[in-house]
Amino acid sequence: MSLRDVLGFAALALRGHRVRTGMSLLGVAIGVAAVVTLTALGEGARLYVVGQFASIGTNLVIVVPGKTETTGGMPGMGGVPNDLTLEDARAVLRGVAEVEKAVPFVIGTETLAFQERRRQVAVFGSTSDALEVRRLTVAGGRFLPPLEWERTSPVTVLGRTAAGELFPGRDPVGEIVRVGDWRMRVIGVLAPRGQQLGIDMDDVAIVTVATAMKMLNRRSLFRLLLQVRTHADLDRTKDRVVRLIKERHGEEDVTAITQDAVLGAFTSILGALTLALAGIASVSLAVAGVGIMNVMLVSVSERTREIGLLKALGAERRQILLAFLAEAVLISSAGGLLGLAVGWLAVRGLVLLYPALPASPPPWAVVAAFSLSVAVGAVFGVLPARRATRLDPVAALAGR
Amino acid sequence: MIRLKGISRTFDVGGEPVHALTDVDETIGAGEHLAIMGPSGSGKSTLLHILGCLDRPDRGVYELLGRDVARLDEGELSLVRRHTIGFVFQFFHLVPRLTALENVELPMVFAGIEAGERRERATSRLRAVGLEPRATHRPDQLSGGERQRVAIARATVLDPKLLLADEPTGNLDTASGRQVLEILEQMNAAGLTLVVVTHDPAVARRARRVLVLKDGRVVHRGDGAHIQAAVEILAAAENGP
Repeated sequence: MSLRDVLGFAALALRGHRVRTGMSLLGVAIGVAAVVTLTALGEGARLYVVGQFASIGTNLVIVVPGKTETTGGMPGMGGVPNDLTLEDARAVLRGVAEVEKAVPFVIGTETLAFQERRRQVAVFGSTSDALEVRRLTVAGGRFLPPLEWERTSPVTVLGRTAAGELFPGRDPVGEIVRVGDWRMRVIGVLAPRGQQLGIDMDDVAIVTVATAMKMLNRRSLFRLLLQVRTHADLDRTKDRVVRLIKERHGEEDVTAITQDAVLGAFTSILGALTLALAGIASVSLAVAGVGIMNVMLVSVSERTREIGLLKALGAERRQILLAFLAEAVLISSAGGLLGLAVGWLAVRGLVLLYPALPASPPPWAVVAAFSLSVAVGAVFGVLPARRATRLDPVAALAGR
Repeated sequence: MIRLKGISRTFDVGGEPVHALTDVDETIGAGEHLAIMGPSGSGKSTLLHILGCLDRPDRGVYELLGRDVARLDEGELSLVRRHTIGFVFQFFHLVPRLTALENVELPMVFAGIEAGERRERATSRLRAVGLEPRATHRPDQLSGGERQRVAIARATVLDPKLLLADEPTGNLDTASGRQVLEILEQMNAAGLTLVVVTHDPAVARRARRVLVLKDGRVVHRGDGAHIQAAVEILAAAENGP
């Protein structure tokens, strides 16, 4: 009995019960579609995060003033919090050869006003190098001038949204706005940038770092971004920077994070999430398998006489087993194919709805989902098929 | 061709042993036409199932073409059924979703005969039973007599040595029944050993030999002129206490 004959016989048997076959096939299709869609979502989230990090450069060491924010003891007792200052930043730039650029950041919220129009925006204090290190582009005018870091300057660069809201239909470059209590001249507008690590870079007012520290009344930097010359030096640079600041502060009170470490953490978290989603979706495949088993058991008991006949005609047990297994596998693999198609459509729909999310099922998930659907038929088909082969031919012919 | 020696078969019905066959000895020669008669529960169907290797005796020896088939395993029995034995049933047992031609092809599918040859042989068998024009009809589009003729074509398509028919005319009107019997007798005349289980004296009378069973034992053997006597014994057995 050739494979073609086995499949042909099984397909004909299934065609006799279109609705029942269709329903159990649908069960598998839903399971496979769920695996494809959910893993696509997980993978999309991962790619989104990777993209976010890539958008701020990969050769970065981020220095965070650890102890100023998380001092544990009673106020005034022990562990005097040290600020991460512009002097620290300069010392790092001078003292660590691998550091190509050091970009201090201060961040806060202020009211941006022009005539009667007001808007709460993020105030971003930085230096001229932020343009390169944070991968920003200027759409009109220019970016912050390269000044000494300690100098304040009454100039600001606006994000796309901020500029559009205050100056609808106009070019704001050259206008005087108020940022908090400070009068400032708009010298440039950023090109649309979107979210960058949780900050909407379209809704900001960028000022020089010294200005921001005065305006927001900060003594410490929010972050110090260090651009390292070569990727290979990243970890060594991180250690040297921490040691240098420790020497200056007398204690280790900053945390340095490399981009890779953060990215690695996110990737593994989201990878686990994707796996978990795939696992949950697989449960629905198992449920679909139970459905197939049920349909096949019904089929076996309905076709008892036929099985008796097949035995009388000289069909071997193995052949009867194969014929019924083939039916189960046909249902499940057809369901698998349908599920892949439905999943693909669902993912396309998601991408249309949320273009920012690069949702796409990872190849392993597609392969696994389909193989799993075939396997589900084979596994859950065994019990009904074995029941068919074990029927006593005399009883089966009599329909018992 | 067939030698039965001391064949017994006991079923367990609700904890009670029921002796369906007790010590049946019989020899059936090649090319014979034998009818097995008997009242319900006489064991004639059980005997037919044992002859067809669908059931095994609890005791005794069943030699088919010189082989002790009672000792064969399940797989070997399938092959014996496939190549040596053909079955015709009272309720035809055609596969409803398959056409007449596909039903006839079915034994060849399991025998691994490739599709082209299958089609050819099935078509010629349908022609032999006069149903070639009905080849693409499904069973529900065929009359009872036509269905039984398809079943006969299917039973003989692998050229068995032994054809077992269980009440082959039991579900047919007289005319179709006669047609079916004529086909069976033609095949018998061509050398096929034919064993028919029947209630119907008219069917039994056409056989060359009759075996009457009662309570699992052979109570009468008749051939030639004695068939009529056997049939009468049966009638007495059915009407008697």
